[in-house]
Amino acid sequence: MVRECRPFIWGAKVCRAYGLQGRSITVAIPYLWMLLLFMAPFLIVLKVSFSEIRIAIPPYAPLFQFIDNSYIQITLQLKNYAMLFKDALYVNSYLSSLKIATISTIVTLAIGYPIAYAMARAPKTWRLTLLMLVILPFWTSFLIRVYAWIAILKPEGFLNMVLIWAGVIDKPLIILHTDWAVYIGIVYSYLPFMILPLYANLEKMDFSLLEAASDLGCPPGKTFWKITFPLSMPGVIAGCFLVFIPAVGEFVIPDLLGGSSTLMIGKTLWTEFFSNRDWPLSSAVAVVLLLLLVVPIVWFQRYQARRNIVDVV
Amino acid sequence: MKKFTTFNKLSIILGFSFLYIPIILLVIYSFNESRLVTVWAGFSTKWYGELLQNQGIVGAAVITLKVAFLASTLATILGTMAGFAMARFGHFRGRTLFNGMIYAPLVMPEVITGLSLLLMFVAISFNRGMWTITLAHTTFAMCYVAVVIQSRLTSFDRSIEEAAMDLGCTPLKTFFVITLPIIMPAVVSGWLLSFTLSLDDLVIASFTTGPGATTLPMKIYSMVRLGVTPEINAVSTIMVGLVASGVVVASFLHKRSEARIAKAEVMAGNAP
Repeated sequence: MVRECRPFIWGAKVCRAYGLQGRSITVAIPYLWMLLLFMAPFLIVLKVSFSEIRIAIPPYAPLFQFIDNSYIQITLQLKNYAMLFKDALYVNSYLSSLKIATISTIVTLAIGYPIAYAMARAPKTWRLTLLMLVILPFWTSFLIRVYAWIAILKPEGFLNMVLIWAGVIDKPLIILHTDWAVYIGIVYSYLPFMILPLYANLEKMDFSLLEAASDLGCPPGKTFWKITFPLSMPGVIAGCFLVFIPAVGEFVIPDLLGGSSTLMIGKTLWTEFFSNRDWPLSSAVAVVLLLLLVVPIVWFQRYQARRNIVDVV
Repeated sequence: MKKFTTFNKLSIILGFSFLYIPIILLVIYSFNESRLVTVWAGFSTKWYGELLQNQGIVGAAVITLKVAFLASTLATILGTMAGFAMARFGHFRGRTLFNGMIYAPLVMPEVITGLSLLLMFVAISFNRGMWTITLAHTTFAMCYVAVVIQSRLTSFDRSIEEAAMDLGCTPLKTFFVITLPIIMPAVVSGWLLSFTLSLDDLVIASFTTGPGATTLPMKIYSMVRLGVTPEINAVSTIMVGLVASGVVVASFLHKRSEARIAKAEVMAGNAP
C-alpha cells in the first residue's frame, strides 16, 4: 500500500519544492493555455485589423516600428474599418446574416417546441431513447448533414421527385442555391440545440398546474400561452441563443446550400481571407462581428453560469 | 392529465423524420450502383472499395484520426482541470475572466476562432500543419470538457473525498483514487465529445492548417464543391456509423456504471 502512494508523495514533494500548491497548478495550466490560445489570438486580430495590407509574408504591415532604437512609431490604420462602412457588400452581409439568423431561430423554435413538448410528455420508458435520438445527429458531422441536403434539394433531387410524383407540382422547384436552402439548412442543423434545453426545461415542469387551469375552465390554447410557455421561458431563451449566435457567423451552410446572391458575413470573411488574401480587412470584419455578438455572448454566459444546459448532453 | 395526445405523437413522428430522413437517404445511396446519386440502379458496395484506393481520402483520414486522438486526449486533461477548478475552487483571482474564456468558445463563430488562431501562429512564426490543427482543436474542445466535468462535479457527494483526506490521503491522491473513478463516465463522454468535435471540424482546421495537412472534412468539402458523388456518401456513411456506434456504446457504459454505483450505494446502506 505504501509503495503505491510513492508517485503521489513524490509529486507532492516536487510541487512543494517549487512553492506550488496543487490548487494553483490546477488553475494555472488551463488558465495559461486559454490566455495563450484564446485571448492572445484576439488581441492579434485586433492589432492586424489596424494595420495596412502589403505584399509580403505575413501580408500586413507592422503596427509598431522602432526608429533609431529609441522611439516607437505606432501606425494605426482606420482604413479597414472605414472600408466596412463604405462598401455596401459588408454592411449588407452583416444585415443579411442577422436577418437570416433571426428568422431561422424563430422557425427552429416553432418546430422544436412541439417536439420537445411531446418528448416531455411521452411515456417515461420512451424518453431516454427519444433523447438519445435527438443527441445523435448533434454528434454526427455538421458538414455531412449539410451535404445530405444537397441531394434532397437539387432540381432533380428527392424532394422534387416526390412532389412531382405526388402531382403537387409539374416543374421542379429551384431551392438549392437560394436563401430558402440556407434557411432549411440552418433550421435542420441547429434543431437539436433548440430541442435539448427546451426538453430539459419542460421535463421538469409540474403538469398539475395545467390540470388546475383546465379544472378552473381555462381553454387549452390559453393554458399554453398563460402557463406552459411562460414557465418554459428559460429553455426558450437558452435554445434561441444557442441557435442565433453560431448561425450569425455560419459559413458551411451558406457556402454549400446558398447561391452567389446569399450574403452572410462568415462567407464574406472566408472569401476576403482565402480568395482576396486581405488579412487586415478580414480581421476588421471579425472584430466588428465580435462586437455585434458580444452583447448576446456575455448575456448568455451570465445566464449559462447560473444554469447548465450542457448537462443534458 | 399527463396524456400523450395525437398532436404530440404527430410532432414526434414528423420531427424525427425531419432529423433522420436526410441521413438515411445518404446512407442508402452510398450503396447505389449508379454514379448518379439520386437514381437507384441496384445494390453495390463498389464505392467503399474505391474509397480504399483513393490515396487522398485514406491519407486525410489518417491525419484526421491522429489529430482527433491527440486533441481529445489533451483537451480531456486540460478540461478536467478547468472543470475541477470551476466547480471546487470557489472564488479565485481572475475567476470571471476564466469563466468567460471557457464559455465563449462554445458559441463563438468558428470563422473568428479560426482566423484569430491562424494570425497568432503566423505572428509567432509557428510552422503550420498537423500540430497547429491539434492545438486549435484542443483549445475549443477543452471548453466542452470543462463544462461537462463541472456539471458532473456539482452533483458530487464530497463526504467521500473528505473521508479519504481525514484518513490521511493527500489531495492529489484523493483525486486519482476517489474523485476520478467516480467522475470517469463524464470524463469518457468529454473525451468522446472532443473526439467527434475534432473529427467534424472544417472551418477551424482550414484556417490553421499548413501545407500537407489536409483533414477528412477539408477533403470532403473540396469534393462536395465539385458535386454530389457516391464516394462522398460512402465516406460519410462510415463517419456516421463510427460516431453513432461510439455514442451508443458510451451511453451503454454510462448506464452500466450508474447501475453499479447505485448497487454499491444500496450495499453500503446509504441509498436514498
